[in-house]
Amino acid sequence: MGQGALAFLAQFSAWESNLGRSTISTLRGVTAMLIYTARRLLLAIPTLVLISMLIFAVMQLQPGGFLSNYLDDPRFSEETVNNIKRQFGLDQPLHIQYWNWLTSIVFRGDFGFSFLSGRPVSSIIWERVGWTVALASLTLAITWLIAVPLGIATALRRRGVLATGSNFLGYMGLATPDFLIALLLIYMVLSLGGTNVGGLFSPQYIDAPWSWDRFINFLSHLWIPIVAMSAEGLAGLMRQMRANLLDVLGMDYIRTARAKGLAERVVIYRHAVRNAINPMISLAGLSLPQLISSDIVVAKLLSLPTMGPLLLDSLFAKDQQVAMAILMLSAVLLVVGNLLADIALSLADPRIRYD
Amino acid sequence: MFKDRNSPLYLAWRRFLRHRPGVLSAVVLLLLYLMALFAGFIAPYSVATQHVGSGNQPPQRIYFFHEGQLRRPFVYALKKERDPVTFLQIYKEDRTQPMPIRFLVRGDSYSFYGLRSNLHLFGVENGTIFLMGSDKLGRDIFSRTVIGSQISLTVGLVGVAISFVIGILMGGISGYYGGWVDLVIQRVIEVLLSIPRLPILLALATIIPSNWPSTYVYLGIVAVLAFIGWASLARVVRGQVIALRDIEYVTAARALGQKDLTIIARHITPNISSYLIIAATLALPGYILGESTLSFLGLGVKEPMASWGLLLADAQDLSALSQYPWMLWPGAFIVLSVLCYNFVGDALRDAADVRSMD
Repeated sequence: MGQGALAFLAQFSAWESNLGRSTISTLRGVTAMLIYTARRLLLAIPTLVLISMLIFAVMQLQPGGFLSNYLDDPRFSEETVNNIKRQFGLDQPLHIQYWNWLTSIVFRGDFGFSFLSGRPVSSIIWERVGWTVALASLTLAITWLIAVPLGIATALRRRGVLATGSNFLGYMGLATPDFLIALLLIYMVLSLGGTNVGGLFSPQYIDAPWSWDRFINFLSHLWIPIVAMSAEGLAGLMRQMRANLLDVLGMDYIRTARAKGLAERVVIYRHAVRNAINPMISLAGLSLPQLISSDIVVAKLLSLPTMGPLLLDSLFAKDQQVAMAILMLSAVLLVVGNLLADIALSLADPRIRYD
Repeated sequence: MFKDRNSPLYLAWRRFLRHRPGVLSAVVLLLLYLMALFAGFIAPYSVATQHVGSGNQPPQRIYFFHEGQLRRPFVYALKKERDPVTFLQIYKEDRTQPMPIRFLVRGDSYSFYGLRSNLHLFGVENGTIFLMGSDKLGRDIFSRTVIGSQISLTVGLVGVAISFVIGILMGGISGYYGGWVDLVIQRVIEVLLSIPRLPILLALATIIPSNWPSTYVYLGIVAVLAFIGWASLARVVRGQVIALRDIEYVTAARALGQKDLTIIARHITPNISSYLIIAATLALPGYILGESTLSFLGLGVKEPMASWGLLLADAQDLSALSQYPWMLWPGAFIVLSVLCYNFVGDALRDAADVRSMD
């Protein structure tokens, strides 16, 4: 070994000790996490391919198609319909159709053509992405902001009005279908003489520029769908948070913390809640499917401009390319959501190892 | 009932009885299923009987006193009037016309498991009795709800039964053999669980042709629900089977030359039955809610059948909802049955002392 190498080693070890252990382990942690993320992403690809096959197969099993409706119309000859089919490659064998569909999504971002509205699918979906994401994230935020504190409060005070009331609401929330909650709220508002039901704005505000009045009008329309969409998730998360905290409160280290004379506030929030909240993070990924399904039912009922009603309409009209695109997007969302939840969990909980 | 006072089953039964809401819910569920069993007899009218001129009638109250006199239970006849201000059609009780409720009366004929009958638990003569009001075609919502329970309450049982067979088989094979079989089945389960449930249910429901007879549609809906439902059950079974795979009595059965499927079905499954029963009870509400959502959206059972979700579909007309809120009554039955299943599931879980399940 030459002089230079020895000097380098000495320098390196000095650098390493200067850097300190924590930084090194953080660096190792970050690389490990990057590798873990990359592996999870790679593993998600075959799943997504299988999902796309399933979705394609299900939509092909639908009896009839949108174009067969044309045959009932005397203005369309069978030849015209066949021409349209040829133009869109719908006369090809199924496996080629599937391949074309998948590759044009992956390589060109082209989700196909909506026969119902006569426009490319991506433009129809883009119109609705904004409100869908806005509504979903608002619902998610409100669900968590209410569920976690309520779960903590009921775990700490297991008897009393608040605990009994929220337990009751929890059970009811899990047992009541979201559309029934929406119907009850709508009836309540209408019977009290309100009119702000359905849609996002009252007619006079639809095309108006944003103003304070318009915002208030928006909120008065928004609370019904948000309450209806969050009820089930709220009930589930609250019960979970309560159960987690009760589990943690029985642990030895809580007794130790109390025994060494820590303030109760510190014991609860620094020690107990901090540990009870970790399992909740992995539940965040699970609240996505609930949001998606609530969006279908509630948004349909209240005619909101989101993806859910679009999926329903396209399924009823056999506008298959739109339905396939939305199904696929929601599956991707779910897979990515679960991945993000796992990563967030590993960031919050240093005990999680990536193997 | 129990000979051995120390048997695990007896102890579990004792623990179950201690769970008050669970016991109460079990009784309510029993009553609901009895109602479904004798639906044709309990409902005063058939599911499709239209009372012309009695559309959107509000629920009739049951009275016991007429002009200060105690009588047998009766309802007043309703007469139509125009509201002098809004000109809307309203119903008013005709206080001069009490209609006593008669028990065991003859009415619409129905089929009771092959037997034709027209005997009904109660009814009135020369008038109508609508305990939960009527819909826009003048059909009794109470009768439709009672008869609809036959579909809403059995979808869960049949669906869970189907998904059980698939789930135990797939989960059992997956856990028992391991290796590439396990890998393939796990992938399939993962795919089924990674598609959002309602969208794929809706897509599958559109496969059912609209011209099918109603029995087929019913089975189709159940099949669609079970197609998605077996996956999570198979996961539970797989985990348990892996734990039991190398336990002595399984090894012994294998040494005696039993077939693998027999071992899974006769030796492993009975030993995880407590897990299975709890998983079933906890899965049932999902089927009830799933069916009601599908029917509510018009992709489930269709007229002339009735289910609770389908009955609620009438309320999608929001202006009708604000005037005739009694059309939400079937919703109360959905909530009640799901609530009861959740309580019974909790009680069973506590009784079996299976902590790891959620």
